[in-house]
Amino acid sequence: MEELTNLFHGFAVALMPFNILVMVIGIVLGVIIGVLPGLGGANGVAILLPLTFSMPPTSAIIMLSCIYWGALFGGAITSILFNIPGEPWSVATTFDGYPMAQQGKAGEALTAAFTSSFVGALFAIIMITLVAPLVARFALEFGPAEKFAVYFLAFCSFIGLSKEPAFKTVAAMMLGFALAAVGLDSMTGQLRLTFGFTEMLNGFDFLIAVIGLFGIGEILLTMEDGLSFRGSKAKINLRVVLQTWKELPRYWMTSLRSSVIGCWMGITPAGATPASFMSYGIAKRVSKNGKNFGHGEIEGVIAPETAAHAAGTAALLPMLSLGVPGSPTAAVLLGGLLIWGLQPGPMLFVEQKEFVWGLIASMYLGNIVGLLIVLTCVPFFAAILRIPFSIVAPLILVLCAIGAYSVHNSTFDVMLMLVFGVIGYLLKKCNYPLAPLVLAIVLGDKAEEAFRQSLLASQGALGVFFSNGLVGTIMALGLIALFWSPLNAGYARLRSAATGRPRPAGPGYE
Amino acid sequence: MSASTDGNLGPSHKLVEAGVALLIGIVGIVVIIGSIRAGIGWGAEGPRAGFFPFYIGLFIVLSSAINLISALRARNHHLFAEWGQLGHVMSVLIPSALFVGAMPFIGLYVSSALFIGWFMRWLGKYRWLTVVAVAIGAPVVTYLVFERWFLVPLPKGPLEDLLGL
Repeated sequence: MEELTNLFHGFAVALMPFNILVMVIGIVLGVIIGVLPGLGGANGVAILLPLTFSMPPTSAIIMLSCIYWGALFGGAITSILFNIPGEPWSVATTFDGYPMAQQGKAGEALTAAFTSSFVGALFAIIMITLVAPLVARFALEFGPAEKFAVYFLAFCSFIGLSKEPAFKTVAAMMLGFALAAVGLDSMTGQLRLTFGFTEMLNGFDFLIAVIGLFGIGEILLTMEDGLSFRGSKAKINLRVVLQTWKELPRYWMTSLRSSVIGCWMGITPAGATPASFMSYGIAKRVSKNGKNFGHGEIEGVIAPETAAHAAGTAALLPMLSLGVPGSPTAAVLLGGLLIWGLQPGPMLFVEQKEFVWGLIASMYLGNIVGLLIVLTCVPFFAAILRIPFSIVAPLILVLCAIGAYSVHNSTFDVMLMLVFGVIGYLLKKCNYPLAPLVLAIVLGDKAEEAFRQSLLASQGALGVFFSNGLVGTIMALGLIALFWSPLNAGYARLRSAATGRPRPAGPGYE
Repeated sequence: MSASTDGNLGPSHKLVEAGVALLIGIVGIVVIIGSIRAGIGWGAEGPRAGFFPFYIGLFIVLSSAINLISALRARNHHLFAEWGQLGHVMSVLIPSALFVGAMPFIGLYVSSALFIGWFMRWLGKYRWLTVVAVAIGAPVVTYLVFERWFLVPLPKGPLEDLLGL
């Protein structure tokens, strides 16, 4: 009941004219970011983060989270109209979205994608509204050992659920931890890993890393082949929208299932991309139209879009209530909160009620505004894609440089961004995941602090991480997540031995 | 050092992957050395400053060694990229480096105008009129949005001093 009162108060905050304005600006910018290659949710938010330093924190987070929603919506446009996923989580949408567009059903496909995105997000926001305060209240009991256990669980989930080889995920993540350790040690005030370079005193800012890894790296990847977009016109009229909306309730089960998958994957933090693929795969298996998947089946658009948006939104739940982001974009948002002097985690719900509930209310409104904007502005966003890449690429690069410079007003940071760009290009080409690297840069200090405080309290005994039921359970869950792949394979082997049927081939270690 | 598929040449994926694993391993060794310098033992304040990064360095070295072995053992004869593709990448990377390098001396606005102009003319083969319009228009819009609207100061050079901006 108290949550409802807080939520209504949050709506009063989110409905302020200025906040509505930043919501619309955020959504439009986000869709453009989602549409353009080389710009994604994480680095788009990172580039625009310095613009919000002069705003009140609530307006700033509303704008940034709306950029995120916009990017989630935007990825579908390019997938359906051009068969080019603007974002990784939109890859599965191309399977049926593009064939639908080729059959002259682009309007239906886009309406289904946007509406499903909205449904997925709405499901996740309702879950956040109901669950986040409970999780936060529960997390208030946490001491340093429990905090470290939560970080441990998050990082182990990344390793266990990663589609990339496990040791590449470990290497990328540990690189992130190492980068986070550079500079001043927060506990002793001692310098470390600076090797006498004064530029390294402040360590590596995660925003620079994000802009470089995700922005510059992506541009370099795209430039390998050069991009030639085929001009295509897209129109959505009210008749098509209403007709598609009439049809969508038939697929309520797919929407519900995909929403649940998305929320789970968003919290764990597997992320929106595996959520969209998993949801598509399950829908294909259980649908009575499964044979049509891949040939322009509307259910093949609904499933991945619902799941991706639910996962992207649900990733904010652990970020808000525990201070552990569920996705790279959530990590950037968390960094933003720290910059504005807010401490993400359970205390946020106690000390910054107006901020938290304003944000949650803006999620509802932002997604409604987002849905309306994308439904009405598709031709405009599709036209952006017809701007040749030789104009778009330098503009994106300049934008990245501005974003990197304005973090600390330092040209050294811009050079660093370029270095991170090359690193991002190499790592991506060699199949190293970038998300755990970014997450480790953001959370490295906090995880280390929790770890050292725990050891200090226990006089160096590692048993502190299994000293009570709560911390032991979280650590055990972390270990299960860490060894999820081998455990799963072992279970499948046991089952096949029991039933006498051969095991289906699974993905192996590359 | 080059692999070949269908007559196309370029560095082999296997080789680059091994190189990347090796580089990450070297970073791990550097982290270990830096951590030992900072102290990895137990002090009055508990674990010392190098304690945590030391083990991180160990993990980096260990995982890189495994990645290096699996890269060398993999039967992967793909190319990392063709030389032509790497040429495309370099055609962006080198001008970007020049753009970033020039920024402290001539400011962001002039360097970005030159960068955009060069990019459009060299890679896009646009008419001079279009090139000039976009190359000058983009920094002007940037100035208005960032400096005037959001009050975010960006690096300036002699030209801006001359114009009194």
